[in-house]
Amino acid sequence: MSELAHPIEHHHDEEGTRLGFWLFLYTELFLFAAFFLVYAVYRSSHLEDFKLAAESLNTGIGAVNTVILLTSSLTMVLSLDALKKGAIKAAKVLLMVTIALGAAFLVIKSFEWGAKFEHHLFLQTAKGIAAGHGSPLLTPGEEMLPVGQVLFYGLYFIMTGTHALHIIIGGIWMLVVLFWMSKGSINQEKPGVLERCGLYWHLVDVIWIFLFPLYYLVA
Amino acid sequence: MENAASQSYLNSHTSPKWTTGFMSWFMSTDHKRIGIMYAFAMFSFFFAAVLLGFLMKLQKMYPASSGWEIIPVEMYGSFFTLHAIIMIFLFIVPGAPAVLGNFFLPLQIGAKDVAFPRVNLLSFWLYLLGAIMAVTGVLLGGADTGWTFTPPYSINTKTISIFGIAFDSISWMLTAAFILGWGTILTGINFIVTIHRMRTKGMGYFKMPLFTWSIYATSWLQVLATPVVGITLLMIVIERIVPVGFFDPAKGGDPVLFQHLFWIYSHPAVYIMILPSMGLVSEIIPTNSQKPIFGYKSIAIASCSIAGVGYLIWAHHMFTTGMSDFAAILFSFLTFFVAIPTAIKVFNWTATLYKGSIALTPAMLFALAFIFNFSIGGLTGMFLGSLSTDIHLHDTDFIVAHFHYTMFGGAAFGLIGGVFHYFSKMSGKMYSIKWAKIGWGFMFIGFNSLYFPMLLLGYYGMPRRYHTYPDIPIFNQLQMISTVGSWILVTGVIIVLWVWLHGLFRGKQTTEQNPWNSSTLEWQTATPPTLFNFEEELEITRDPYDYEAFRGEVKAGTSIGADHV
Repeated sequence: MSELAHPIEHHHDEEGTRLGFWLFLYTELFLFAAFFLVYAVYRSSHLEDFKLAAESLNTGIGAVNTVILLTSSLTMVLSLDALKKGAIKAAKVLLMVTIALGAAFLVIKSFEWGAKFEHHLFLQTAKGIAAGHGSPLLTPGEEMLPVGQVLFYGLYFIMTGTHALHIIIGGIWMLVVLFWMSKGSINQEKPGVLERCGLYWHLVDVIWIFLFPLYYLVA
Repeated sequence: MENAASQSYLNSHTSPKWTTGFMSWFMSTDHKRIGIMYAFAMFSFFFAAVLLGFLMKLQKMYPASSGWEIIPVEMYGSFFTLHAIIMIFLFIVPGAPAVLGNFFLPLQIGAKDVAFPRVNLLSFWLYLLGAIMAVTGVLLGGADTGWTFTPPYSINTKTISIFGIAFDSISWMLTAAFILGWGTILTGINFIVTIHRMRTKGMGYFKMPLFTWSIYATSWLQVLATPVVGITLLMIVIERIVPVGFFDPAKGGDPVLFQHLFWIYSHPAVYIMILPSMGLVSEIIPTNSQKPIFGYKSIAIASCSIAGVGYLIWAHHMFTTGMSDFAAILFSFLTFFVAIPTAIKVFNWTATLYKGSIALTPAMLFALAFIFNFSIGGLTGMFLGSLSTDIHLHDTDFIVAHFHYTMFGGAAFGLIGGVFHYFSKMSGKMYSIKWAKIGWGFMFIGFNSLYFPMLLLGYYGMPRRYHTYPDIPIFNQLQMISTVGSWILVTGVIIVLWVWLHGLFRGKQTTEQNPWNSSTLEWQTATPPTLFNFEEELEITRDPYDYEAFRGEVKAGTSIGADHV
């Protein structure tokens, strides 16, 4: 038995990696596309309920979060630009700002979620679980939300939740990139990883740009 | 001492230094080792699911009134769900791309490996994780939802609690399918990038062998279709855990919407299953006819148009759900449309045989059986694509027979033929050709006597998924023939698997590079291949199936042909 270094892993093909990554981004987009399709179908079949439920979302908070995410995309691009120009320090600071903005988005989102939990859905959800699968939502006599509104909140939680999960993954990835930049394995000559991390972050951003109007603005 | 790179891949590896034996395979990023590991895992699952099928056919031997009961009714539902989940998610969807695609795609295009070897290993691990989850899920909790997980049934079904623990095996299996899906997506991305970026010098797109073309079309389907079903299955999991009615009509959801989302993936998935086997047949037939394949370009383009049109016909699974007539007519038309590129392939294969010098090797026998079975499977598909006949045949044994003719008689026969074709290249051993042909005989006869009666049964009204049937003479006779057929088929499967294992452990050692005298690139390397496939840089100058030029090269000594030629 003998071991050898792998030739493919040593002759890195940057363009091939970029192609593969774009295909991966496509699959991410399609994952959300299924959600958007379900949203579109139920919006048309439960229009009134969707309008009523959407009014309970705070447009101001949503707008603040949108601005935060758009700014983070800007700092991401600036960071990549700085790295390509050789300004490693600036690139690191800008990446840290991006991470901080992502974290700020999550904090605001969690407050928003918390308020929603207290309001409607959490109670019903908890009762649903306690009573077992497929059981009626609430005990008789208790006030129940119309099904359309439950659908709205369900989609809201799952779509923004999946989106938040992507923010967390992006944040962790940025931390790793930051570490590698300090070690010097991501540098002016080899910016590929930061570039792909940036692409991922922009995708997450783009998805939010569609989530925001669909949930907050079209009430 | 020889350089490690010029040793066989069985003796040298790229895994971490500390690994030996089993771990040097399990941690290996070598596409050839990964392909072999897939083969072992997949054919084990295949055999397990064949045995489940055997038991289900045994249950159908006598009608209910005879008191015959091998499997109790609740278990029957779990059995066919498990049979389908193993066969579909663990065997035929990863199928030929995972085993032979991994092994031969880089060899066919003259590359050292796939584009992302580590991602390739990750795909395999995801496959194993998903497989273990799916099987333990069913064994611990049982699930009789059918592999389609159609709501509201899949949402309301309660699972059995074992050892007093409420174990939600359905959510568990749905998660497993999600994980398996990501394994397939990553493999698809990997192959697409490999084909785009790693073809050797001179290999233009229309100089690629046809198996590579079919893998290319398949990979696009995997990448385009799988994410949608992944998220849809997760929505069922969420619906089982929290009371949101995405698809449950009692809670405002739309179960037909689920079916759309499900079939948007699962119909293209049948082309994910069949296209690679079509590619294998396109390799086996010219090799064993010693003739250029008829209409090379039209087969390559047909692969891509099957993939393209196949993406747009999902709703023909749903003609009885009450969708609009206009949509039904449109989907019916597109279904007929997809038959055109498929038929082009079948005619091209038969035209290749014409005036060829045909060698009936085991691989060739399986390829010819593929054409026969797949033609029946494809033509019965036309019955089902017609709106009016579909209403009559929907949810009967006719459907079961139809998709077994395409998936088993087609895709699996093609894959088994491919393994026979490439066995010596992969293992450096030769199997018993005589027993391989005997195994083929049992499989071919058994297969047709099992499934042809089911076409008739379905036509006479025998519903699918039923545990038993009433005492009607025509049912009794056909079910009996079908059950006896299953015995012959299982015997054939056992012989084939035994031929492989015997070949692997007791077979004759061989280093013959090109035993079937094939003109494509993957045979122009050592048997078994060296660690990085080819010793020197290659340059391609001729078409892959140009047998005239190939024979010239063999004479001139620049290519390697079979020893006996």
